[in-house]
Amino acid sequence: MATRLMFENSCEVGVFSKLTNAYCLVAIGGSESFYSTFEAELADVIPVVKTSIAGTRIIGRLCAGNKNGLLLPHTTTDQELQHLRNSLPDQVVVQRVDERLSALGNCIACNDHVALTHTDLDRETEELIADVLGVEVFRQTIAGNILVGSYCAISNRGGLVHPHTSIEDLDELSTLLQVPLVAGTINRGSEVIAAGMVVNDWTAFCGADTTATELSVIESVFKLREAQPTAIVDEMRKSLIDSYV
Amino acid sequence: MVANMFVVPQTIVAMAANMFVVPQTRGTVLCCKCGIPMAPNPANMCVTCLRLEVDITEGLRKHVIIMYCPECESYLQPPRTWIKAQLESKELLTFCVKRLENDLKKVRLVNAEFIWTEPHSKRIKVKLKVQKEVLNGAILEQSYVVEYVQQDHMCESCTRFQANPDQWVAAVQLRQRVAHRRTFFYLEQLILKHDAAVHAIKIKQMDQGIDFFFGNRSHAVKFVEFLGKVAPTKSRHDKQLVSHDPKNNNYNYKYTFSVEISPICREDLICLPPKVAASLGNLGPLVICTKVTNNIALLDPFTLRQCFLDTDQYWRHSFKSLLGSRQLVEYDVFDVEVVSPEYNVGGSKYVLADIEVARITDYGKLFYIRTHLGHILKPGDRALGYDLYGANSNDMELDKYKGLVLPEAILIKKSYEEKRQKKRGKPRSWKLKSLDMEVDDTKGRAYEEKMNSEYEGFLRDLEENPELRFNLSLYRNRDYQPSEMASVSEGDDMPSVPLEELLADLELSEQEDGEDSMRE
Repeated sequence: MATRLMFENSCEVGVFSKLTNAYCLVAIGGSESFYSTFEAELADVIPVVKTSIAGTRIIGRLCAGNKNGLLLPHTTTDQELQHLRNSLPDQVVVQRVDERLSALGNCIACNDHVALTHTDLDRETEELIADVLGVEVFRQTIAGNILVGSYCAISNRGGLVHPHTSIEDLDELSTLLQVPLVAGTINRGSEVIAAGMVVNDWTAFCGADTTATELSVIESVFKLREAQPTAIVDEMRKSLIDSYV
Repeated sequence: MVANMFVVPQTIVAMAANMFVVPQTRGTVLCCKCGIPMAPNPANMCVTCLRLEVDITEGLRKHVIIMYCPECESYLQPPRTWIKAQLESKELLTFCVKRLENDLKKVRLVNAEFIWTEPHSKRIKVKLKVQKEVLNGAILEQSYVVEYVQQDHMCESCTRFQANPDQWVAAVQLRQRVAHRRTFFYLEQLILKHDAAVHAIKIKQMDQGIDFFFGNRSHAVKFVEFLGKVAPTKSRHDKQLVSHDPKNNNYNYKYTFSVEISPICREDLICLPPKVAASLGNLGPLVICTKVTNNIALLDPFTLRQCFLDTDQYWRHSFKSLLGSRQLVEYDVFDVEVVSPEYNVGGSKYVLADIEVARITDYGKLFYIRTHLGHILKPGDRALGYDLYGANSNDMELDKYKGLVLPEAILIKKSYEEKRQKKRGKPRSWKLKSLDMEVDDTKGRAYEEKMNSEYEGFLRDLEENPELRFNLSLYRNRDYQPSEMASVSEGDDMPSVPLEELLADLELSEQEDGEDSMRE
């Protein structure tokens, strides 16, 4: 299910949060309502961690991660790094990256298997991404935009990209990612997809401006309607039982 | 309607470098509000939804009140200018759009047009089409209607005029101290031709002249300057204090311009004062005035010498004429003996001739005289001239010449009186316009008849002298129908105005027609 919410009157929820299949990072806000929305949805499944990165609240744009790991910019303080290492599950590798382009969230878009990156990222960073996140790395653009992290949101089940993406580009990207993609908008026509929403395999959080149409596109492309954490287990169990029988 | 500003920069680079370009098929996205598939645009909203979402005409004025002067049909352009404009005219549209200037800073005006409204409704409707950028770069175009309400409000000059229509500020008193009004008939036509008196509030016929009244001093000054260009005039001006506001240092004056035209007219016989004659190289002293513009052309009929006097020269001496056109006497020509070849003097041809004439009233006395009209006079013709033999002159200038032998007669022009007898009562093929002049009716019937006969004389002069009508506008008389009979009978050398010189006049009103017919 997709949820609509706001961070302190801003609909750009993807800027202030980071959601993966293994953890959720939330900016420290003035009120608890943003955090508690995530908490209500995710608390019994994955840890929801309140943090800042480099002393700022725009954590979603600064870090990149999936269920295997979390990459932090070089501006991250030691305290924050320590706090994150303490809060996240042990199997998640938290790593600080010495990369000139410090807004990693804008430069990297990834799910648990593939990452699309900014074309100008360092070679070492690329290797680090592959190692820490355990993904294949492709340098790509989306509809002519090099900030791939800003203009698309991908999960293991689907992806939403910039509305101007041509059909050829969509084909190419979905071949790389091995998930169905669709061009769409968020927050009543906004093109900056990743800033307006965060998504993992079973849930999504969108800005409060997101219209019903946009929400239905999101739910269908990310397959959120049938996707509950329990549903996955059910499906696995079904297949297990199938094989047992 | 929504222009798409999106361009893929890579494509341009690739095209410039002649590289392989991956074909780009534009995908569709769902409109974020209504969910219909559409081509992506900067707002990512379909046009219908965008229109519902934003109204670019919001905050633009839809009702404007404009001031309209019903008297002079003009509109107030704040703060003080009044603009004359017809309904549905270009000027009015400019004015209407200008009134929205502040609004149109916010949007871009693409088109403006009138929607027809009943003129009595006092409403003007203008349909405007405007463009504006909305929602991250989409340009929306929208048309809307502005209603202008005309409020009647008399403009300043009309208010003043309404309060007292005859209120004049400057008067021009035009005078000529002669016994006839020929000059004024001619001037009237010149004024009409040049529209010199369009600003006159009132024109009044006076004894020996015309008064022109103006609402503005500068109009009067302009008119006086015009008169100085067409006639030898002398003018002086005076002003009278009407009111005075010492606090604002405002003075209200009434100005009077007194303009006098020299009494020398065409065809007058003049005896030049000795000084003038000497300064013109011993011309004359008996000369004929052949033409009056702002110069006076003088012709010595015995030597065919011509001289010009300009306005200043004339007024320095300001002589009078010896005999005027009213003293012209008709002569019968018996014999013509040409004594010189044809001379061209100042554009007209003259031939000196010795001629034998007698007054038609008195055949008992034959005169053998010299004339300059040898080229048009034949035995049997009639001519008009001054009878110096019978005249009793008491001219001061003439007395100054001791031993001057006066000729017995000086012929001035050929007479067509006999031929005109046949034509009497028939209308002319042409007519003149006339100034809207106030005439004093109290003078009586005799005066009116005199005026009419003088006007008739003026019309004849025009027919006989192509040079005279050169500066004037003659109009076709639509009532005139040339009859076969008339054309046969007047086939000889009776002068008339050729048809090609006439102007077709479309706007001669009935009232003017009436006046003309009354005069003729």
